[in-house]
Amino acid sequence: MTKAFFDHISTTPLDPRVFEAMRPYFLDRYGNPSSHIHDQGQAALRAVDQARAEVAALIGAKAGEIVFTSGATESNNLAVLGAAEGAGAAKRHVVVSGVEHFSVMNALIPLRNAGYEVTILPVDRNGGIDPDAVRKALRADTALLSVMHANSEIGTIEPVGPIGRIAKEAGVTFHVDATASAGHIPVDIREIPADLVTLSAHNFYGPKGAGALYLREGTKVVPRTFGGFQEMGYRAGTENVPAVVGMGAAAILAGREMGAWAEHLSGLGKTLWDGLAAIPMLHYTGHPSERLPGHVSFWVEHVEGESLLLFLNMKGVMAASGSACSSNLRGHDEEDLVASPVLRAIGVPSDICTGSITFSLGKGNTADEVRLALDALPGIVERLRAMSPTYLDFQKQQVKGG
Amino acid sequence: MAAGPYSEKVMDHFMNPRNVGEIESADGIGEVGNPACGDMMRLYLKIDEGKVVDAKFRTFGCGAAIASSSMLTEMIKGKTVDEARAITNQHVADALDGLPAVKIHCSVMAEQAVKSALDDYVKKHAG
Repeated sequence: MTKAFFDHISTTPLDPRVFEAMRPYFLDRYGNPSSHIHDQGQAALRAVDQARAEVAALIGAKAGEIVFTSGATESNNLAVLGAAEGAGAAKRHVVVSGVEHFSVMNALIPLRNAGYEVTILPVDRNGGIDPDAVRKALRADTALLSVMHANSEIGTIEPVGPIGRIAKEAGVTFHVDATASAGHIPVDIREIPADLVTLSAHNFYGPKGAGALYLREGTKVVPRTFGGFQEMGYRAGTENVPAVVGMGAAAILAGREMGAWAEHLSGLGKTLWDGLAAIPMLHYTGHPSERLPGHVSFWVEHVEGESLLLFLNMKGVMAASGSACSSNLRGHDEEDLVASPVLRAIGVPSDICTGSITFSLGKGNTADEVRLALDALPGIVERLRAMSPTYLDFQKQQVKGG
Repeated sequence: MAAGPYSEKVMDHFMNPRNVGEIESADGIGEVGNPACGDMMRLYLKIDEGKVVDAKFRTFGCGAAIASSSMLTEMIKGKTVDEARAITNQHVADALDGLPAVKIHCSVMAEQAVKSALDDYVKKHAG
């Protein structure tokens, strides 16, 4: 059976070329970069430094501005908590958008507990942030502004360039979570005046367990881990050398090939987008044009997200939902079972929608795989609607009304 | 076949739900849940001589909600009104070979639906 993986926003398959670059660092080159008096340590140190330069090149930064972490969550935590504390005792205000990832949002909990004031920026119905709203939100005591580059659930690309210029004028440290965008669309810190940028290797065909935080020279960030002096003191602990090497290799590939990937993905995305128009009462989410290539997100009236995904999986199509019902399936708290915060932020009515469906295509996807999804969807939607009491009522109302 | 976090039985009842539909002139109708909370179930009962002779449902919800609804209708058919009222969410979850912790509320919804439908039956037949 043909299988189609359309959940690249959650993770991407490792590029085999990246794997080949990593391979020697599992068995042959096992040194610790911090213990480099001998050959093994030297090899590891050189590999990590090379990867640092490669990741820096992807975003137009200097090698010395890249701190390796375990992934986007750690990078976001370090950026938010580290920069808030780094701003000093007089600055106790943090501004973030309403559609940030949990690793930004939940990092605000300890800040609030410590007495910080938090301003959440509203988004428009496409999930876009208005730079003017940023201008109004920033204050003399604002320690940090954090805005994602692209939203994973609805694909919208935020105007981080103009927003960054506002932050710069106001003298506020600006963090950009580029987890979903880096390696897919250009992220250049010469265009985006960010002080901190989060990157994640497994989101651009690199390995899991490797991430980075770009720190513009002079940005004050207080470390969150305590130990040795690895990563210029920002992140104690022995580097995950094979994963870091993989992140460097993935950054090279992305820098070289992302234009071709984007073109391929935009074509497939358009086919999917156009094909979905055949399904009645389907609503796209996110910005129609300012969005990640190959990212198609929508919700369907009278259809619950998880059920749709389960049926799609049976047909070999793997997609994701932003609905808490499925994404928090392994959560422990019924309070998790609320409509997606992103959907709520963009004003999707919660009485008819509990989850958006996200198809995030990758460079390996084909037109046949898109066809598989388009062939499967109408029948699944029909089947679930036939089971839904809300659809029954809707139909009865239609008959009465018409 | 088992898929993801669900038992084979849940998947069977999700993929091939039993007793989907409506009963014209049902003796009791129960509706619980709310689409805003992720799921909603409507249960129709036909009751004859104190026994549930037919049960049908429509559910908007996740895999566990649909499977719980389907399993519930199978469990209550042929039962007396009192027996049906005694069914708990645990009975439904057990019959499905268990539900993930975060989906227990789906079986609770099934229990509430049958109680609500039986209340409706009592109300309709009180006079």
